[in-house]
Amino acid sequence: MTTDWILQQLINGLALGAIYALIALGYTMVYGVLRFINFAHSDVLMLGAFAAYYLTKNIPALATPGVGNALIVILLSAAICAIIGMTIEFLAYRPLRKRPRLTVLITAIGVSLFIEFTGQHEKVFGAATKPFPQLLPTTDVALWGLHISSNDLVVLLLTGILLLALWYIVQRTKIGMAMRAVSYNEQAAALMGVNVNGIISFTFALGSALAAVAGIFYSMRSPGIEPLMGIQPGLRAFIAAVLGGIGNLPGAALGGVVLGLLETFFGGLPGLSSYRDGIAFALLILILMFRPAGLLGKLQPEKV
Amino acid sequence: MRGREKLFLLIAIVAAVGLSFASGSFNRYYLGIAIDVGINIILAVSLNLINGHTGQFSLGHAGFMAVGGYMAAKLTLVCGPMLPPAAQPFLFLGALLLGGIVAALAGLAVGVPSLRLRGDYLAIVTLGFGEIIRVIFQTSDFFGAATGLVGISKLTSFGWAWGFAAITVYIVASLVNSTYGRGFIAVHDDEIAASAMGINPVRYKVTAFVFGAFFAGIAGGLYAHHKAVLSPGGFDFLKSIEIVVMVILGGMGRTAGVVLAAIILTILPELLRGVSEYRMIIYSLLIIGLMLTRPQGLFTFGKK
Repeated sequence: MTTDWILQQLINGLALGAIYALIALGYTMVYGVLRFINFAHSDVLMLGAFAAYYLTKNIPALATPGVGNALIVILLSAAICAIIGMTIEFLAYRPLRKRPRLTVLITAIGVSLFIEFTGQHEKVFGAATKPFPQLLPTTDVALWGLHISSNDLVVLLLTGILLLALWYIVQRTKIGMAMRAVSYNEQAAALMGVNVNGIISFTFALGSALAAVAGIFYSMRSPGIEPLMGIQPGLRAFIAAVLGGIGNLPGAALGGVVLGLLETFFGGLPGLSSYRDGIAFALLILILMFRPAGLLGKLQPEKV
Repeated sequence: MRGREKLFLLIAIVAAVGLSFASGSFNRYYLGIAIDVGINIILAVSLNLINGHTGQFSLGHAGFMAVGGYMAAKLTLVCGPMLPPAAQPFLFLGALLLGGIVAALAGLAVGVPSLRLRGDYLAIVTLGFGEIIRVIFQTSDFFGAATGLVGISKLTSFGWAWGFAAITVYIVASLVNSTYGRGFIAVHDDEIAASAMGINPVRYKVTAFVFGAFFAGIAGGLYAHHKAVLSPGGFDFLKSIEIVVMVILGGMGRTAGVVLAAIILTILPELLRGVSEYRMIIYSLLIIGLMLTRPQGLFTFGKK
């Protein structure tokens, strides 16, 4: 186990963790405003990857790899997923706004299954794995004797920018303030003139757009895309969100990075790689035993 | 009241075993579905104790089922060839009980984190436990790793499945309707009020998990000796969801409704076999539609 190996795994882990963080933010934002786990989020990620796949396949101008084209594809996919996210919220979750949260949770599972099985139908995407198009010309960057894929660097850079942008939106804009208000107390926010439905729609759009970007990044690192590809990263990101304290934005980012690093380091150790799936969950359970509200979450005292 | 319930149990077991002797004259396909129905009734009723009566949202029931199935199958695979045919039913009974007991121990392990966790966090931890159990079986060579166990003798008959279904319904119903069992419902309705009345919520939650897991383990053993093969993929998240949907559809905490839902949801996919490519799409739309229109469950008659 040399320093080179450690640094190499560090870069890999950070890139993977950045992707988890992007997805986890979507989970945590929705949880913040609606207090339920949006199970369909992992499928929006898959839809993002497929949007990019069909965009590059059907628009010849976008087919050549390049920075400009990649940005256009990512932006368009994010926009498509934002619309899908808002539609899901409008059709499936909004009618249940006043119902018990468990009802909404089951509905979310239903929506998730619906997207997955519709996607697997041969007339939609088909169950077979499709090769993901190359969006960027890839080279291995040699840095201090390490071989780093340029894709990993792009992922890290873009994620950093997106996290900053998100922080700006939530903390420094009027709509972000409204989001925080709805999350803090929905009724009081409504009384102060905040358009609660609009803010919830916006939250879904934002989260789904981030999921689409994450889906594209994830596909760039994996051999291909298929309708069930969202499940594994979705589950991890979800663990990351809970790990950081669900509803807490910095927590989600932190949880994602921690999980990505742990997964890469444990997965890289001989003999442990096959337990990788289990380790993430074992870690989650262990942390929740000691900090039931996650790493950065605050435990809400229950009032009678 | 007591006497009537005991009589019901006796009649149900005698009827199940009696029908079992005549099973040779039935269509094998229908018989197979009938056994599936019996197994699913056990799963749904046992999960109903955890999710419905006690109100602890568990997403890991397939994990308990896997534990029971693997333990029972391994025992009959190892000891089966050594014993004369006359001893096989006793071995099978022993294997089922072993599977149930090991699953109950797993339930104890899951129940303990529920000391501190509630709601979504508990749901995630149970989901995590289910996944960890699956990963353990998937990586352990003793249990056949990714291929699973094959060549399990087909010992599950109509009588075994429905006999155990009757026992499960009887035990869960009389447990909940007993003086002790009122505590489950008290914990479900209001944990704080219950503990103010001198009920120890932790003890009730753990008891619910242990009993629920025990019967799920038995169902797993029956399932293993019905299908003759076990693979870790069969006990994934989707299987847990399937059982949860039965409980929700039947109306949380309503035993009669849950039994009916288990029957319908097992037969429905078989009826939809003609349109098999749309089967799961219809299933997911059904979940969403039900949650939008009748979130309290379909069969809410009878006492709660």
